[in-house]
Amino acid sequence: MPGASTGRQGGPRDEPVVRLDRVTKTYRIGAIDVRAVRGISLAIAPQRFTMLIGPSGSGKTTLLNLIGCIDAPTTGTVRIAGQDVAELSDNALSDFRARHVGFIFQSFSLIPVLTAYENVEYPLLLTGVPAQKRRAITLEMLEAVGLKDQRRQKPNELSGGQKQRVAIARALVKRPDIVLADEPTANLDSETGASVVALMRRMQTESHTTFIFASHDPHLISHADDTFTIRDGGIVAGEAAP
Amino acid sequence: MIFKIAFRNIFRNTRRSLTTMLTIAIGTAATLVFGAYTVYVTYGLQTGTVDRVGHLTVYRRGYFDFGSGNPAIWGIPHYNDVLRLIATDPVLKPLIAVATPVQYVAGIASNSDTGESRTFIGTGFIPSDRDRMKRWDEYDVGGRTEPDTGLRDDDTSRGVVGAGMARVLGLCGQLHLGNCPTLPRGAPSDTAAASDVAGLPKQDFSDLVSRDAPAAKRAAVLPRIDLVAATAGGAPNVVDLQIARVDPQGVRELDDIYVGMHIDLAQQLVYGRGEHRATGIVIQLHRTEDIPRARARLAQLYKMHGLDLETRDFAEITPFYTQALNLFRSIFSFISIIIGIVVIFTVSNAMGMSVVERTDEIGTTRALGVRRSGIRQQFLVEGILLGAMGATAGVVIAFVVSFAINAVGLTWTPPAQAQPVPLKLYMFGAWDLVGWTWALLIVLAAAAALLPANRAARLQIVDALRHV
Repeated sequence: MPGASTGRQGGPRDEPVVRLDRVTKTYRIGAIDVRAVRGISLAIAPQRFTMLIGPSGSGKTTLLNLIGCIDAPTTGTVRIAGQDVAELSDNALSDFRARHVGFIFQSFSLIPVLTAYENVEYPLLLTGVPAQKRRAITLEMLEAVGLKDQRRQKPNELSGGQKQRVAIARALVKRPDIVLADEPTANLDSETGASVVALMRRMQTESHTTFIFASHDPHLISHADDTFTIRDGGIVAGEAAP
Repeated sequence: MIFKIAFRNIFRNTRRSLTTMLTIAIGTAATLVFGAYTVYVTYGLQTGTVDRVGHLTVYRRGYFDFGSGNPAIWGIPHYNDVLRLIATDPVLKPLIAVATPVQYVAGIASNSDTGESRTFIGTGFIPSDRDRMKRWDEYDVGGRTEPDTGLRDDDTSRGVVGAGMARVLGLCGQLHLGNCPTLPRGAPSDTAAASDVAGLPKQDFSDLVSRDAPAAKRAAVLPRIDLVAATAGGAPNVVDLQIARVDPQGVRELDDIYVGMHIDLAQQLVYGRGEHRATGIVIQLHRTEDIPRARARLAQLYKMHGLDLETRDFAEITPFYTQALNLFRSIFSFISIIIGIVVIFTVSNAMGMSVVERTDEIGTTRALGVRRSGIRQQFLVEGILLGAMGATAGVVIAFVVSFAINAVGLTWTPPAQAQPVPLKLYMFGAWDLVGWTWALLIVLAAAAALLPANRAARLQIVDALRHV
């Protein structure tokens, strides 16, 4: 398997939660075909803090999108939690994402008209969690990220760090199999970024969820269990996290 | 949650949403106000028509199509028996406000004092029944469309004429008719050919007149005209009519030729000393909606009693009623369509801008697991909410405008009527109009939101997330 594991936290090597087999992704920009991902095969073990690292334009985000089932490969297969996602219809894929995948975006991407509480509650509504249970889980998650007192505030009333905490809570509240985070600290200052990384690490440890990051933030990379270095749409074998 | 997000998003861009809602509100209010006016015109026209010709008229079969040129030979024989049959029928009785005979007559009217004459079309009626008919006001139009006849059942010598007829016959001064031009000096005049009646030896008819209308001698102060017509047997007949007052008709063509009189006098003119018949039996119902029921029962009665009669309703008798109604309805439809198009474009534009502004949000929610249908629903609900709030505001505005206009006490003269009536907007009570307009505007808003909603639903997640 291309890539290398630092094995720093030494989780059990179970059946991979993510498995990509000779995946390619080609975009057509005007008359030119751009190959963003070139025949990547990889397996990501569950309950690990996995990092996709590489320079801008290397294909990290595209790979993350493919793993997150929000984009489809041109060729190859993507299996998430044992499910070949190509076999799923658009609705089934939406339901699959709602249950199994959490997202943390670089620009937070909170729903601006909803409060912090409602943003965190939103994924539970999509999976039909009963109201009472939904409320308990949401409050618990907000407390875990230290935002219980800010639960009635809307995103524009929160700082960047607080927004990212809400985004983390939103991604984790449904206890997904994997959480995908694309440059989660890119829009934060270093101090806030460090606190957010620490929070994600703590949440991952507590929830035993698989975290997969696309980043080139050295501080974030230093927390990785496994790293895959991407360059020119392919995985550079044998690289380890710093 | 979908309603919460929709509601909050509407007020996220307050100015745009308010502009959109205001457009919908003004469109709704304009539709409702003109609709209420159309309802009022419909009721007003109907009231004015039913006041004059009732809801239904019973004729001898064939009269309506072929008999108007010679009403004398199309009279209903033994019409009092028919009238009694109708008025006492247990099904019809509770439906009927007035059932009364009428006699139509056509001929030449002349004023022997001025030597003027002209053709006339006359209606003979029972004055008290006619006055009762004029009080019909099912829809509370308010203000009488026409005053009482001013005639009495026990005085067959008196009648009324249209203002045009009074003018032509030179009766304006005697009838104290205002706004009545006099014949200009030097106007063409040919007294020799002015009227056959004027040229006839008057003493031949004066005996007839004196026999036919003895009451005339008791009211010599009223202006008099002579009415000449052919009897059912084809012989010329003449009666003397005292003009009690002018009864202006809304249509000039009718106003110039109209003569109203006691039915006995009209029958005297048409049938002489023969059997008096009636051209028709006018039936005025308490409620217009009973027309089909009454008509069906009348048909049953004709069949049961072997009567060779037919029934016509006021819309058939007065084509102008239907034409005027259709005119107002087509104007209303045209205005509604224009307003509908404006609403569609406004809502579609607002929702389209909202989709563009929220492309990133659409990508996020899709990534979180919202289906395409969920995105479509989200924007549809926003369109519906915009429509509902705008339409509701429009209904409120329309009620306020209606209340204000009704309170001001404006008057107007409806088409084909001579008397001004209060100008009202029938908003209170026209709940069908209000409900349908409100619902239709919301449906239009939803339809307008459908295109942007579909566009939002079709967005690719990664493209939406990349959107800046």
